[in-house]
Amino acid sequence: MKMFVPLAAACLLASASAAHAADPNLGRNLAATCANCHGTNGNAVKGSGIDGLAGIPKDKTLQKLADFRSGDKPASIMHQIVKGYTDAQLDLIATYFAAQK
Amino acid sequence: MMLMKRRDFLKVGAAAGAMASLYGCAGGGKASGHVVVVGGGYGGATVAKYLRMWSEGGVQVTLIERNPTFISCPISNLVIGGQKTMEDITISYEGLRNKWGVRVIQDDVVAVDATKRTVSLKGGSALSYDRLVLSPGVDFMWDEIPALKGAEAQSKVLHAWKAGPQTVALRKQLESMKDGGVYAISIPKAPYRCPPGPYERACLVANYFKQSKPKSKVVILDANEDVMSKKGLFTKAWSDLYKGIVEYRNNSEVKDVEVGSNTAVLEFDKFKADVLNIIPPHRAGDIAHKSGIKLVNNRWVDINWLSMESTSTPGIHVLGDAIFPAPTMPKSGHMANQHGKLAAAAILNMLSGQEPNPEPVVMNTCYSFVDSKNVIHVSSVHQYDAATKTVQPVKGAGGVSAARNELEGKVALGWAQNIWADMLA
Repeated sequence: MKMFVPLAAACLLASASAAHAADPNLGRNLAATCANCHGTNGNAVKGSGIDGLAGIPKDKTLQKLADFRSGDKPASIMHQIVKGYTDAQLDLIATYFAAQK
Repeated sequence: MMLMKRRDFLKVGAAAGAMASLYGCAGGGKASGHVVVVGGGYGGATVAKYLRMWSEGGVQVTLIERNPTFISCPISNLVIGGQKTMEDITISYEGLRNKWGVRVIQDDVVAVDATKRTVSLKGGSALSYDRLVLSPGVDFMWDEIPALKGAEAQSKVLHAWKAGPQTVALRKQLESMKDGGVYAISIPKAPYRCPPGPYERACLVANYFKQSKPKSKVVILDANEDVMSKKGLFTKAWSDLYKGIVEYRNNSEVKDVEVGSNTAVLEFDKFKADVLNIIPPHRAGDIAHKSGIKLVNNRWVDINWLSMESTSTPGIHVLGDAIFPAPTMPKSGHMANQHGKLAAAAILNMLSGQEPNPEPVVMNTCYSFVDSKNVIHVSSVHQYDAATKTVQPVKGAGGVSAARNELEGKVALGWAQNIWADMLA
């Protein structure tokens, strides 16, 4: 069990140096906030009438979000929700969903 | 969790082996350990599934739930209104068991030992955990409505604020009521579970009366100064759709009840109804009180917003309606689901020796039916703010429907299908 102690120390150092770095799973975590309506990993329930986002090319999702934000694309609710996320966050979300099956 | 205790580290190391810990340290590691989740509602079911999914099965999850199936509070007002059945809002835990490998135990947790990291079950057994998640919802403060302390009184004057047998019983009371009768619903002072829920229920009962018992009335006894959610949209529904049926009374806190005559006792007045529906004030579920974790106002659990971990007791995370909410954050099933994901991400980081995500985001969407087809919503997005150490509502984001509409009626049912699948399928 002795070998765990140096590993613990190494972990502390790694944590300290990365204190302000973004979480490597940030895109996954942000995309999960969409899943309540759009389905786990963007796979909406078939027949639910809500758009699935899994596998949609990133640019397409980003354009749709931009149109919701500007009002070019009418929405019941997405025009309000999109304004709660930064552009960088929307980019991570669109990237994550594009990679899902 | 930067200063991970040696004991915890050894526990993780022993379970996962030195290599897994090394990977965890490098940032790409698989978490391992055993997480016990108490309560299989919107928060607990979500955290259980997401812990299994995101750890790719590396973390063992045991979910303890007292009921045999999940019954949804959202959509349950449609059962009371007569549009839906209990079957429509009941879902089994088999998806969590079979698809996600969650061990689901039907039992009650009677005690938590935060030092030994064990929970005791009513059935007699005990479970040890590396991390514990409490998602107990709310329990009622019966002392505030003294005549309702006993089980018999509670079976006559219903709350129906936890979906289940009371949902069915309230529907039966409404069906048995004579035309020309009065249904009264009382709302406790905020914060309470589902801010628009009581007003939605008033609409759906009024919709039933309009169709089947047109001489009947709905009276809302609100302890608050004003309508707490979607005010303009609800008051418009009452005047457009239910004129002469719905009456709204603010500052009308129910202090007690005369059970035999279905009478609500207010501060200076009494109100007799044919069907009396009392929603008592509530607080974090009993197990939160028994576990000795820090509460705010002796009611709600104080948590760290980066991890949903108790501010007083390491290793215990708390979700959903039981927590002291962040500014403007509603107690809702949708929000509990978001808490579940925030906690799952944080727990997996902590179990692999990393800090929780320093910039969590949660958001809320809540649909209310004002009749059998037309719906109104409220939405909000909440981002972590390091200065105030809480999640703050994003200014300029969120809002309510422009007007009630049938499109959102379809979306609301689609929302239910998707969130139920997101938790349980």
